[in-house]
Amino acid sequence: MSFRSILFKQVERLPKEEYLVPPPFFVDLNLDQVVESITAGKNEYNLKPFFYVPLNDIDEIEYRHEIFRDLENEKLLEIIKSFARSFQKKRDHLATANKLYYKLQKEAWFLDAVDIYCKALLDLAQGLSHLDLKSRGFLGFREYLANYVSSTSFDQLLSETEQIKSNLSTVKYTLFIAENTIKVGKYEPQRDYSEEVNRTFEKFKQGAVKNYLVDFPNRMSMNHIEERILEIVTSLYPEIFSRLDHYFTQNENYLDPIIAAFDREVQFYIASIEYVERFTQTGLKFCYPKISDSSKEVFDYEGFDLALAHQFLVGDSSVVCNDFHLEGKERILVISGPNQGGKTTFARTFGQLHYMACLGCLVPGRKAQLFLFDKLFTHFENEENIKNLRGKLQDDLVRIYEILREATPNSIIIMNEIFTSTTLKDAIYLSKKIMERIVELDLLCVCVTFLDEISKFGETTVSMVSTVAPENPALRTYKIVRKPADGISHAISIVEKYHLTFDNLQERLNL
Amino acid sequence: MKTYLMYPDQDFNPQQEPPWNERELIQDLELNTLFKTMSSGDAFLLNVIKRALLNSQVDLNVIAYRQAVLKDCIKHAAIIREMYALTVNAIAKEKEEYWGIFGKYPPATLSRAVKVMRIFIEALKRLRSIADEQGETFVSSGFTKFFSMLKQELSDEYFSEMEEHLLELQSHDTVLISAELGKGNIGTNYVLHTMQQKKRSWIERFINFESSEYTIVISNQDNAGATALSELRDRGINLVANALAQSCDHILSFFKMLQTELAFYMACLNLHDQLLSQGEPICFPVPAPADERALTFSGLYDVCLALGLKQKVASNDLDANGKCLFIITGANQGGKSTFLRSIGVSQLMMQCGMFVPAESFQANIGSQLLTHYRRKEDATMKSGKLDEELNRMNKIVNNMTDNAILLLNESFAATNEREGSEIARQILSALLKKRIKVFFVTHLFEFAHDFYEKSLPDVTFLRAERKTGGKRTFRLVKGEPLQTSFGEDLFDNVFLKGEKN
Repeated sequence: MSFRSILFKQVERLPKEEYLVPPPFFVDLNLDQVVESITAGKNEYNLKPFFYVPLNDIDEIEYRHEIFRDLENEKLLEIIKSFARSFQKKRDHLATANKLYYKLQKEAWFLDAVDIYCKALLDLAQGLSHLDLKSRGFLGFREYLANYVSSTSFDQLLSETEQIKSNLSTVKYTLFIAENTIKVGKYEPQRDYSEEVNRTFEKFKQGAVKNYLVDFPNRMSMNHIEERILEIVTSLYPEIFSRLDHYFTQNENYLDPIIAAFDREVQFYIASIEYVERFTQTGLKFCYPKISDSSKEVFDYEGFDLALAHQFLVGDSSVVCNDFHLEGKERILVISGPNQGGKTTFARTFGQLHYMACLGCLVPGRKAQLFLFDKLFTHFENEENIKNLRGKLQDDLVRIYEILREATPNSIIIMNEIFTSTTLKDAIYLSKKIMERIVELDLLCVCVTFLDEISKFGETTVSMVSTVAPENPALRTYKIVRKPADGISHAISIVEKYHLTFDNLQERLNL
Repeated sequence: MKTYLMYPDQDFNPQQEPPWNERELIQDLELNTLFKTMSSGDAFLLNVIKRALLNSQVDLNVIAYRQAVLKDCIKHAAIIREMYALTVNAIAKEKEEYWGIFGKYPPATLSRAVKVMRIFIEALKRLRSIADEQGETFVSSGFTKFFSMLKQELSDEYFSEMEEHLLELQSHDTVLISAELGKGNIGTNYVLHTMQQKKRSWIERFINFESSEYTIVISNQDNAGATALSELRDRGINLVANALAQSCDHILSFFKMLQTELAFYMACLNLHDQLLSQGEPICFPVPAPADERALTFSGLYDVCLALGLKQKVASNDLDANGKCLFIITGANQGGKSTFLRSIGVSQLMMQCGMFVPAESFQANIGSQLLTHYRRKEDATMKSGKLDEELNRMNKIVNNMTDNAILLLNESFAATNEREGSEIARQILSALLKKRIKVFFVTHLFEFAHDFYEKSLPDVTFLRAERKTGGKRTFRLVKGEPLQTSFGEDLFDNVFLKGEKN
C-alpha cells in the first residue's frame, strides 16, 4: 500500500477536522492545558485536532510508537526539524511574494521559495536514505519521497530554479550620485574604499569594537527610485529577467499535497517529543506504555500529572511521582486521606495516562501498562453550581446516571469528591449504591472520596491514601500510597536535625 | 599596537575576575588605606590598583619586568605624568564629541569619526615626539619596546596617509557606489569607491556620459524621491563610515590601554612620594620561586599603619629562610596583628611588581594569599561562632592551591583553649605537611607549646617583645611561646590609667 499519512495507518480513521472538538472530560483532566503546552508555538500547523482523536486500535497505536522510536535517533529528529524550518521559511517567502505588488519583486520571492522547497526535499531525501528506519510510517514516507525527488518534473523544476538564481546573482551595477541625479551603469571592478581605510588603521586593532553599521531595515518593497533603477538594470541584462518572468507563470502548482500533509502531521511527533524533553531534562521519566484491550491489570510507576508538573518546570518546586497498580480482580482505586494531599492530582494522572496512551504518545512513568478504553468519563465537582444544594445533588445524580448508562466494561470512570454537598449519611448511602453499579460493570475506575467506607467496598477496590511527613503533619508529601484508610495517622516522631557538631566539622576539615 | 607596560607579551585586563576572597583580603589587611593613598581619590586609578594588587602575579619574569618599568617611572616621573595626562585628555575629548540629534546614521557617524580622528592624530603626534625626545633615557625593556614601537608605527608617512583619508571623507555629497541585487531583487551590498582615481578612464567616461536613458533626475517637487536618493547615498557610505568609526574605537582602546597601564605606575608614584615625605624607606623586593620557602627582611613596617598615622612606625627584621609555619604569640597589643598585616601587604605588593615597605625584603612568591581572621562583630553563641569560623576555614581549604600563603589571626579561639588547640593542631599539621606557608597569630598556648616541644625544622616561633616593666616595643622577636599573653598588663594599663584620671 502506498504511503498516505505519518499519523494514521489507515487515513480513513480521521474524521473531518472541522468537526473535531475537545472531548468533554478535557477540562476536568487538565488535558486542555496539556495540549496547549504541547502545541504552543506551533499554531501554524493547527495540531490541536490531532489530540482530540484517541485511537481505538492497538495497531494504530503501535504505528505511532514505531515512529516515536525511530525519532529517538537524534539524527532523524534533527533532519525532520531542519526540514520543518525550511518549510516554514518557504511559507514566509510565499506570504511575502503574495503581499508585494511590483512584479520583479514578487517573482524573486517566489523563486526563492521554490528554491527552498526543492533544497529541503533533497536534503530530507538524502538524510533519510542513510538512516536505519524501522517504522512503517517513515519507511513508507521515505519511499514516497525518493520517488518524488527522482521524477523528471522535480528535476526540471530544480535545475531551472538554480539557473535563474545564479544568473540573478551575477547582476551588478554602478551608481553615480551627484546633487539630484543618479546615473546607472554596468559594473566595472573597483576597490572597496572601506577596506583601504581599514588597512590604514589596522595596526590599532585591540579586539572587538562596536559595530557602527546602520542596519537599514530590510524593506520588503521598493521605493519608486529603486524601481526606476531596477528598470534600467533590467535593460542592462534583458535575457535574465525575461526568463524569470516565464518561470513565475509556469510553476504555480509546484507543491505536492502528500508532502505538504507530512510537513504538518510530523509536527504531532516533534511537538510531543519536545514536550517530553522539558520533563526528562529535570529527571522525570517517560515510557512507552504497553496497551492492552483485554487485561485490566494496569500499572504505572513514577507517574505524575503533566499539567501540574509543567507548571513546576518554571518554578523551583519539585514534582512528586506516584505509583499505582491493579492486579487480579482489582478495578477500582479509592483515594482518601488529608486534603491538599494530591488526591485530585492523582486521579487526573490516571486519566491523563490513559488518554495520552491512546493517542499513541509516551506517558509519564518508568514503566506502564494501560488499558485501551472505549470511552472515558469524568465527574469533577463543578463549583459554579454550589448555590443550590438540592439542585447540585440532583445534577450530580443525573450526570452519574448518564455516565453509568453510557459506560461499558471497557470504559474508564474518574470521580472526584462526589456528594460533598449532602449529609454524611446520604453521601454514604448514595456512594454505596453507585459503587455497586460500577463493580457490576467491571470497569476501571478512580474514585476520590472523603468516605472511608467506600475504600473497603470489596475485593475489586484498592484503597490508596495521601500521606503527610511523619515528623510534621502539616507538611504534605503529595505521596499517595496503597494502604488501608485508617484515618489520618498523626504519629509524630522528632528527628535530630542538626548534624553540624564540633566533630563533624573537624572531620570535614581533616585534609 | 600594544603598550605592554604590565606584561612583556600581554595586555593588562582591568576587568579581570577578582580573587574569590577579595573582600576578606581588603578587610583583613586594611587595604583601603593603601588604595586611598595610591589612587588619591581617582576612581580609575583605584580600580586599576585594586586589580593589580589583588590579582597577584606568580611569574617571576612579570614581577621583574614591572619592577624595571617602575624604576624608570620613578626616575622620569614628570614624563610619565605628562603621558598619562595627554592620554586622559584624548579620551575625554573623544567622549565630548557630539553624536548629533539624528542618532545613528552613516553621514553623522562619518562626520564624527573624522573629527575624533583629528583629536587622536594630535595626541599620537605628541606621543611620537616624546618618544623622539626622551626615549633614549629609559632603560627598562618595557619602555624601550614601547618607545621604539611608537617610532616605528607612527612614521611621518603614516601620519600623512591618515590625513589623506580624512580629506577624502570629510565631504560625501557626490559618491560613486556599486551594488548587486539581493533578496526580492532589491539592491544590496552597496560599496563606496574612491573618486580620487579619476584618472582611470572608465570613471571619467561614466561620469561624463550623457544619456537620459540611464540617468534619473529627481525633480524639486519629488520629496520622496529626494529621501530615497539620500538613503541610497547613506547606504553607500555605510561601510566606510563604520570602518572609520571602528578605527577610532581601536585607537581609543589603544589610549585606554595606555591609560590603564600607566595608571598602575601613577598609583605607585603616588605612594612612593607619600612614603618618601614621611621618611619611610622603600625597597624593591627579591622574589624567590613559589616552591622555595624564603623570608628574610629588615625594616619591614606596616604600610597601612604608616599611611594612617602619617609618621614613621615600628619595623621588624627577620631571617627565616626555609620556614613554613610561623607561630606568633605574645602580648596583647604587642604588634602581632600589625606584623601579620605587614607580611600580607608586602607579599601582595611584591607580587604585583611594586616596591615594598622595608629596607630589604626577600620572600618566595605564593600561588595565592589567603586570610582567616577572627570576625569580632559576630556576637552569636560560642558554638555558632565556631561553626562560622570553621565553615570559612573549610571554604579556604576548598580553594587552596599548592604553595598558597595563609594568614591566620586568632583563628579557632571561639571555643575553650583545649578544644581550640586540638582543632589548630589537626588543621595546622595537615597544612604543614602540604607545605602551605602559614603565619598563625594565636593565644592558644597549649597548641603553641605543643608545637614548640616538637622542635620541627620548618616551624619558627615569634613573640611580641616585652621589655621588663611591661613596656611594649611593637617589635617581634624569635622566642618560645609564654603561658600568658600579658593580658594583665593591658588590664593594668587600661584600668590604672582610668583610675589615675
